[in-house]
Amino acid sequence: MNGYPEIKDKLMTVEEAVKRFIKEGSQIALGGFTVARNPMAIVYEIARQAIRNIHLVCHSNGQALDVLIGAGCVRRVEIAYGGNGRFAPTCVRFKKAVQEGSIEFEDYSNYQMSLRFLAGALGIPFVPTKSGLGTDLITHEGFSQETRKERKVSRKKFALAQNPFDDKDDQYILLPALNPDVALIHVQYVGDDGTVRMKGLTFADIEEAKSADAVIVTCEEIVPRSFIRLDPDQNSLPPFLVDAIVRVPYGAHPTSCYSFYDYDARHLNLYRRIAEDDELFKEYLDEWVYGISSREAYLDKVGAATLAGIKANRVLGYTPGLCRK
Amino acid sequence: MADYTDNEMMAISAGRFAKDGDILFAGTGVSMLATTVAKRIYAPKAVVFFETGGIDPSLEEIPMAVSDLRVMSGTAMNSGLIDAFSIVGHRRLHTIAFLGAAQIDKYGNLNTTCIGDYSRPTARFSGSGGACDVAALASGVITFMQHERRRFVEKLDYRTSLGWHNGGDSRSRLGLRRGGPLAIVTNLCVLKFDENTRAAYLAEYYPGVSVSTILENTGFELDVSRAVEAVPPSAEELRILREEVDPERLIL
Repeated sequence: MNGYPEIKDKLMTVEEAVKRFIKEGSQIALGGFTVARNPMAIVYEIARQAIRNIHLVCHSNGQALDVLIGAGCVRRVEIAYGGNGRFAPTCVRFKKAVQEGSIEFEDYSNYQMSLRFLAGALGIPFVPTKSGLGTDLITHEGFSQETRKERKVSRKKFALAQNPFDDKDDQYILLPALNPDVALIHVQYVGDDGTVRMKGLTFADIEEAKSADAVIVTCEEIVPRSFIRLDPDQNSLPPFLVDAIVRVPYGAHPTSCYSFYDYDARHLNLYRRIAEDDELFKEYLDEWVYGISSREAYLDKVGAATLAGIKANRVLGYTPGLCRK
Repeated sequence: MADYTDNEMMAISAGRFAKDGDILFAGTGVSMLATTVAKRIYAPKAVVFFETGGIDPSLEEIPMAVSDLRVMSGTAMNSGLIDAFSIVGHRRLHTIAFLGAAQIDKYGNLNTTCIGDYSRPTARFSGSGGACDVAALASGVITFMQHERRRFVEKLDYRTSLGWHNGGDSRSRLGLRRGGPLAIVTNLCVLKFDENTRAAYLAEYYPGVSVSTILENTGFELDVSRAVEAVPPSAEELRILREEVDPERLIL
């Protein structure tokens, strides 16, 4: 943890980052997308610290969403998609929680949620779109009137408005901006000056980070300023938007991290089966979350053979020939 | 007995809709096969892209999710969701989206959210993802469905994504300047939409499938007067699909 004077105030452990920035009832934006770059190391720590009543906001999320819901940390979600692609077309614990009525939820679409983060990032209160007209996204509301009075929850799911620049009938949906308490982002590189670099697709991570009151970034590697500033066109976020930096190799496992490792298909398939059964799922959490004393212990548990097996080809970005059944 | 599977026939039937110059928006599952097959066989100058922001990936291996690293590899450009949706709805581009759904109605409106009451459903699905957005913004939508009565319904339990709305010109009256469903590709047949009423009709039934089987498995009224038998996949189409598109048979 020494040797990085420019970011010494921001460098911390996952334990410290969660203690400092995440509280009961926090509104949290989850970075990544279904099976890519989910902020798993932070999510496991939130579960270990048993932080409750979290309000999640995300477009499409998979594993991070499902573990947080399954661990009982989540009270409500605003979401476009809860799934792990072919590994779990609908996330299992998310599905159960909705069907059992144990979480509050509000449906939006990917574009709508991305626009809401963008509006929050820009500091504007709402943003218009045509997407959603004629659908039940604007006829059905999930949150109660009581919930709508709470902190960080918009007073309405949406509003309808006419285009003020056109005399013709031209209706738009106005979506409320999001400014979550904290955004959790896992990335490949952070410079020792605090500059963030994501590789591969960025999804809506940049908008999420810019919309949030605080940003926790976990990363695969901390690299010298001379490296990250050699090619600044590749960088994603400036140092002053980041509040906590944690170096966590394989921090997105079992989801993927472009150019570092592929998804752990065997783990995701096993998870889907286990998540169906309440007892087995409890054992899974004991084994993979609560019972893990350190990052080293987690990686030991995943195993060197698996880690080597999912190691990405640095040129292709993924692991060619990976068994994915 | 035909020597090809339902998924093969579906991927090929859908792929045949693509034209050179189209921008093909792929989802998960069979739609990934269809876009890949379209590019390899019918429309080599079409571009495959993903709502997550990957534009024209090499697709040497089939992606298992729209966030799969294979969607980011060999691309013209990697971007994000806002960029991707600016392309889906771009006024200069002809974009065709491939979607799937749990339920569909005769106007091609889709449900990927739930069965039963929204607030306490008997079955919850993934939700819209980008489906609602591309259904609103793309030039056209092709939907893959398992052809079952419980899926082809008079009224959706939840309308996640807009098709031809309530038929006729009701979609354009909402202010959506283009788009709408082009076809429904099922394991039995291909349905298209009437130019005036915008209701689904039977366009092609697959070899070996009877029209009565299709009607038995459709929960809404279906015009079959224009139906013809579909052209089965050629040996070359099947070879490319099996050997080049999905040799590991992850989806097929």
